[in-house]
This record gives sequence, C-alpha cells and structure tokens, in this order.
Amino acid sequence: MLAAGLIVFREMLEAALVTGIILAATRGVAGSRLFISGGVILGLAGALVLALFAETLSDTMNGMGQELFNAAVLGLAVVMLAWHTIWMSRHGREMAAQMRAVGSAVSSGSRPLSVLSVVVGVAVLREGAETVLFLYGILASDGDSLMATAFGALLGVVAGAGVGALLYAGLVAIPTRLLFGVTTWMVTLLAAGMAAQMVTFLSAAGVLDVAMDPVWDSSGLLAEDSLPGRLLHTLIGYIDHPAWPQIIAYGLTLLVIAGAARLVARPVRAQA
Amino acid sequence: MRLLTTAVFAASVLAAPLLAAAPAQAEDPTYTLTIKDHVFEPSRVEVPANQKVTLLVKNLDTTPEEFESKSLRREKVIMGRKELAISIGPLKPGEYTFMGEYNADTAHGVVVAK
Repeated sequence: MLAAGLIVFREMLEAALVTGIILAATRGVAGSRLFISGGVILGLAGALVLALFAETLSDTMNGMGQELFNAAVLGLAVVMLAWHTIWMSRHGREMAAQMRAVGSAVSSGSRPLSVLSVVVGVAVLREGAETVLFLYGILASDGDSLMATAFGALLGVVAGAGVGALLYAGLVAIPTRLLFGVTTWMVTLLAAGMAAQMVTFLSAAGVLDVAMDPVWDSSGLLAEDSLPGRLLHTLIGYIDHPAWPQIIAYGLTLLVIAGAARLVARPVRAQA
Repeated sequence: MRLLTTAVFAASVLAAPLLAAAPAQAEDPTYTLTIKDHVFEPSRVEVPANQKVTLLVKNLDTTPEEFESKSLRREKVIMGRKELAISIGPLKPGEYTFMGEYNADTAHGVVVAK
C-alpha cells in the first residue's frame, strides 16, 4: 500500500508543481481556472487512453514510440510556455496595471489561456499514463488487494497535490507587484528544464546522435532521485550529471524566451 | 495567434531533419536481460566501455515494468510478456545502476562498463 502511495506521489509531483506554477501565474485572470481544470481533466482522460494503447505506442517507430512521444509532448509544452511568456511580456504590464486599478479580476481578453491548459494537460498526461500502468500492474499481480492499492494511490494523489498546493500558496503570498516577474521566471525555467529533458528522450531514441558524457556529477551532493532533487528537477530542470546537449538546450531555451520577451516588450499604452 | 503559428512552424522545420534521420539499429553488441517475478536476471551486466551496446529486456511477467536508470539516462515501460531493445552508451568505464520503477523493492541491477 505504501509502495503504491509512494510511486503515485512521485509521478504526481511533476504535474502538481506545473499546475501550481500555472495557477499562480494566472491568478486573478478571469476564466483561467476553467481552462486549467479543463487541461487537467483532458490530461487524465488522455492518460487512460495512452495507458490502454501503451503497447501499440511502444512498438511504433522501431520500438522508440515512447521516447518520441515524450519528446514531442515536451517540445509542445516548451513552445506553449515560450509563446505564453513572450505574449505576456507584450501585454502583461498593462494587464497588471489594470488589475491593480480594478483591484480584482480582469477579463482575460485575448490572453492565450488555452496555451496553458495544453501545458497542464500534457504534464498530467505523461505522468498519469505511467501511474495507470503501474496501478494496473499491482492489481494484476497477486500482491495487494484492490482496497489497499486504491487507498495507497489516493494517499499519493493527496500528498502530490499537497505539494503543488504548497507551492501555489507560497507563490501567491508574494506581493502582486512582484508576482508577475517571479512567475515569468519560473515558467521560463520550467520550459528550459523541459527542453533539456526532450534532448534526453531524442538521444535515447537515437534520433539525436550526440555524445551524452556527463559534464559534471553532483549526485553525491544532491541526487536527482531524492525528493529535493526531484523538486528541483521539475522546477528549474536540475540534472545531477548533465551532458553538453542538455546544457545547450537549457541555455538556448532561456536565451530565446528571455530575448524574445525583451524584444517584443513595449511601454504601456493608454488604450490597453 | 500568428506568433504561435510561426513558432510551431519553425519548430517543425527544425525537427524535420532530425526525424527524417530515423534511428538505424546498428549492429551493436546485444545483451539480454529478463524480468521474472519482478527481478532482473542477470542483475549484473558487463559491457564493453566506449561503444554503443543494446540491452534487450524481456519481460516474462504479465505486468508492465518501467526500466529506469538516471545514470544511463533511460526510462522505458516494458509491457507484460513483451521485449524491448534499449540502446545505451558509449559509456565511460564504471558502474551504472538501473531498476524497475514499478517494483523498486526487488528489481535492481547494474551495468558495468569495462
């Protein structure tokens, strides 16, 4: 039962952290809750379908279907996060000013919320499918009873969601004036970490044929599969033994998003 | 939406040559691992260092298992009664641990590159 809880917790963690950041980044924007819940629900539904077709996916593309699928959805999330950040750098300041003036929610206007529901959706999708397969495995083997497994899984879900909620609570405690800047950076780092992870999958699939020798190894200092390591891995893309291609993907993503955001930013105009 | 369309287009243009260069399974030395009752056999695999090798993982159990190794940078679900090839390396000499994430109590192993 505890084993089930632990693994569900681990799989949940990434999706919960991503959701927590996105919720904080869109706090006070009308309609954002709807779009984000929609993303979570679609992600869950997708996870069930994905688990059902896991064997088919696995066998496609010379047995590299899983890697390519993971790389593709990570790539999609990176593009969406980048697009949102760049868009916000153009319109965010005037929206923040408006929000302060009105003192509460502003209409989302043309803000690309659907883009964020895709990000949340694919985070749930990726981790969810693995969780479903794991739980199926436990139930199919003689091991634990249905009740014990269900209870363990529920504990894992609650604990995972709890960490996401803690992150959200911590973020929204930041004064509104600073929140926009903080969440922009968190979203950018999230995207950079995902880009590095995408490189790992492309290299595993043999599509990206590059040397993956570790540049350093800090696993003794902070192991990536420890709880703090996992948290940092999701939040800022921490890898305890990164290779150059991962570092380059990470750096490029940071540069492109921050650079493009600066480029399109414009002073607040009256019309808003 | 124009910026988004451009971004997606740019991404696909960049990705196209990568995908076109489909992974050709080279004639790398292959080492077979089996999973039975959630245990890897053998649990210690010696492979040559500095060249690519293939691990052929056969899951004899009826339940899925996730082969996971941070040090080898691989994670892959192997469904029940299925086998999958996992290409690894070139590895520097050393030990690389792996595990079955769905049965972390029993499923452990190490790849030793020499």
